Amino acid sequence: MGVINETARDNQAPVARGAAIRRTDMRARGEPALWVLGGALALGIAMIAGFLALVAWNGVMTFIPKPIDVVTEIDGTVTAGEPFREELFRPTAEALAALTPDWQQRIAAADGYASRTLYRTGNFDIYGEDFRWIPDFNVTKRERPANFLFVERLEWGPFVGSIKSVTIDGMERPINSLDDPGFVAAHRASRERWKQANAIEKDDIGAINHQLEAARLELRGVQLNSGRDSAEYRQAQERLEAAAAVQRANYDKLAAQVEELRRLNDGNTVTFVAVGGEEKTEEMAHLVRFYPANALSLGGKLSVYFSRWGEFLGDEPREANTEGGVLPAIFGTAAMTLLMVIAVAPFGVITALYLREYAKQGRLVSIVRISVNNLAGVPSIVYGVFGLGFFAYALGGSIDALFYPERLPNPTFGTGGLLWSALTLALLTVPVVIVATEEALAAVPRSMREGSIACGASKWQTIRSIVLPRAMPGIMTGIILAMARGAGEVAPLMLVGVVKLAPELPVDGLFPFVHLERSFMHLGFHIYDVGFQSRNAEAGKPMVFVTTMLLISLIFVMNVVAIVIRNRLRRKFVGSQF
Amino acid sequence: MNMDIATSAREDTVYHVKRGGAGEVLDIDNLSLWYGQAQALHNVTMPMEKGLVTALIGPSGCGKSTLLRCINRMNDLVDGLSITGSIKLHGEDIYARDADVIALRKRMGMVFQKPNPFPMSIFQNVVYPLKVDGVRNKAVLEETCERALRSAALWNEVKDRLDQSALGLSGGQQQRLCIARAVAADPEVLLMDEPCSALDPIATAKIEDLISELTGHYTIIIVTHNMQQAARVSDNTAFMYLGRLIEYGDTEVVFQTPKSGKTQDYVTGRFG
Repeated sequence: MGVINETARDNQAPVARGAAIRRTDMRARGEPALWVLGGALALGIAMIAGFLALVAWNGVMTFIPKPIDVVTEIDGTVTAGEPFREELFRPTAEALAALTPDWQQRIAAADGYASRTLYRTGNFDIYGEDFRWIPDFNVTKRERPANFLFVERLEWGPFVGSIKSVTIDGMERPINSLDDPGFVAAHRASRERWKQANAIEKDDIGAINHQLEAARLELRGVQLNSGRDSAEYRQAQERLEAAAAVQRANYDKLAAQVEELRRLNDGNTVTFVAVGGEEKTEEMAHLVRFYPANALSLGGKLSVYFSRWGEFLGDEPREANTEGGVLPAIFGTAAMTLLMVIAVAPFGVITALYLREYAKQGRLVSIVRISVNNLAGVPSIVYGVFGLGFFAYALGGSIDALFYPERLPNPTFGTGGLLWSALTLALLTVPVVIVATEEALAAVPRSMREGSIACGASKWQTIRSIVLPRAMPGIMTGIILAMARGAGEVAPLMLVGVVKLAPELPVDGLFPFVHLERSFMHLGFHIYDVGFQSRNAEAGKPMVFVTTMLLISLIFVMNVVAIVIRNRLRRKFVGSQF
Repeated sequence: MNMDIATSAREDTVYHVKRGGAGEVLDIDNLSLWYGQAQALHNVTMPMEKGLVTALIGPSGCGKSTLLRCINRMNDLVDGLSITGSIKLHGEDIYARDADVIALRKRMGMVFQKPNPFPMSIFQNVVYPLKVDGVRNKAVLEETCERALRSAALWNEVKDRLDQSALGLSGGQQQRLCIARAVAADPEVLLMDEPCSALDPIATAKIEDLISELTGHYTIIIVTHNMQQAARVSDNTAFMYLGRLIEYGDTEVVFQTPKSGKTQDYVTGRFG
């Protein structure tokens, strides 16, 4: 045996030694897994970063003023417009046959593809189109004349052309340059008067209408309470009619003011001429902004850029939301999200407190917990349907019947609105808060609870002064997640209160100042509306990016604020044990 | 419970309790305890006098912490616990049906194994027992805070930063803060559950000095794994083994001439 063993060892020795220095089996090594994990992370980060970069790039570039090309085609057509984008396309056989041999060769060399440019021609009122594709092979001449203006106006989209004449106070004036002080002052005065007239119509006349409506409702209330034939009704009627007469006198006065402002504005006009020679006279008051696109200095470009941003952030939308600003949508989104947090935070925290601290841990609690977690997986549109049915129709309907009978059949709370949207989203996000709060409560060290109880504190005192503060950072994490989820949600909101255009903000100067029943605008819905519901989809596309960027920034800002609060709490309450 | 059990040897406990305190405070009588089906304490009978320090020693799992936690009913937090026998504080049964647990715990201070300061300021930590009792008078709170911190030998170190977070203190300071918190409400009994096990030797020495100083004011019951510590700080020592009280008596006797063979084996390091 010994001999055989010796021999065997001798024979196998080189093999055995080789085996000893053989590299570790791949399956026993960690590196491949590491590469997979790292790769997955890198891919994820790349996708997120790419998405954000795409949104940010398009968002930042949208408002930069572009030059205006005047393009002459082979058939003599002249087009003026902003080059919007370029793409490759496959020209039809007839189009190819009509081309010069030189162009035919070039297209054949490019596998039958030719390039074309989309021009934003504007002048929808004259041409009936906003954009026009022009194939490069049709172009005979491309110029950038300095006198061409890009004019943003209140109606019909932008106008591209040059100024023919200017009328100030009904008299035609020669204008040498756009900076002519008389012209600039007249334009500014016209815009001011236009804004003033709008403000009077919206605020002052709005307030009168509001009061007239309130008077009507009061009368209706008296009628519902005491009947049409009662003395109270007649008294109320007389009193309210007297008040209404005063209001109507006020209204007439204000209407006359508006009329006067409009009349003054009628005298200030600019006559433009488009590239094809068509003339168009516009009131100065309707010109939001105009600039010589091809003769702009850097400062001029920047001024246009920031003035567009200012309008976007601080004004109301116009032109079916594709132009103007998104202030009501920003306001609506922020207000709705805040309301949602106010609703979801106490509700979720209280639920989790009971589940974790008081409920007897058993089958029932497990079922509740599983159900809560499953709620997070219900499609959000289902919450919208529920919110519409339960909050708006059932709850809101009852509120209307109880508190606003005089307004019926017009619903007050019995339809979608800010409050119902916030509550619907609160319902949607409450599982997040419950789960996070439960985790946070479970993470409070047992020793702290015991310390408090040993001091003679009751369970509630312990929870209030020790457990909750200590769990607060974790609870904040849950609220942050809920906020991010809620702020980006659109589908359920379309059912419970978000509209394309909300004429009134949920907060204004009319009693009771905060109107939770009003429908509102939302950035998420705005994106959908501008991108997919507007007539002018091509013009809406950049706005989609800008609005997306804005929504992401808004959520980002809200998250940062919440995270800063959380970190302060964490420093205060968690700290290090040793 | 009468003090004569101290001399009348019961079947499985050896008693030779050192007297000298100011009357009986706590009387554990025939206490048995079960966690579900498992019995953790077997018929423990143990009287304690006011102003004396009693050390509970014994190997891990012998029931000394369980016994300590019975005294202020911290074990109530555990599910499936059942108890027979009684613990009397000044003759009142703390396990009586109408006993007020919260009021009871206010009469007892407790210091835990690991320092467990609350996530609040040093001041708020110390006056917490008064705060939960509804005391709002600022002068009373401040006076109590100073007195408690002085008796925990911490006042000089923290008097300038009472409003800073207690979590910023060192481990030893935190434990002394916990002692200050435990004595703030002027309890009758101070329960200490291995108060030095998470501390370094210097901090341990400070806590031991503190215990010696507190002797006389408070009735102290201290659970410890450290037999030198038990020998240094206590008047009486109780040796427990497998849920039974083996020997309870004068610390000197327990450590030098134990009357029970098991105690002898344990204190000489033969097991445990």
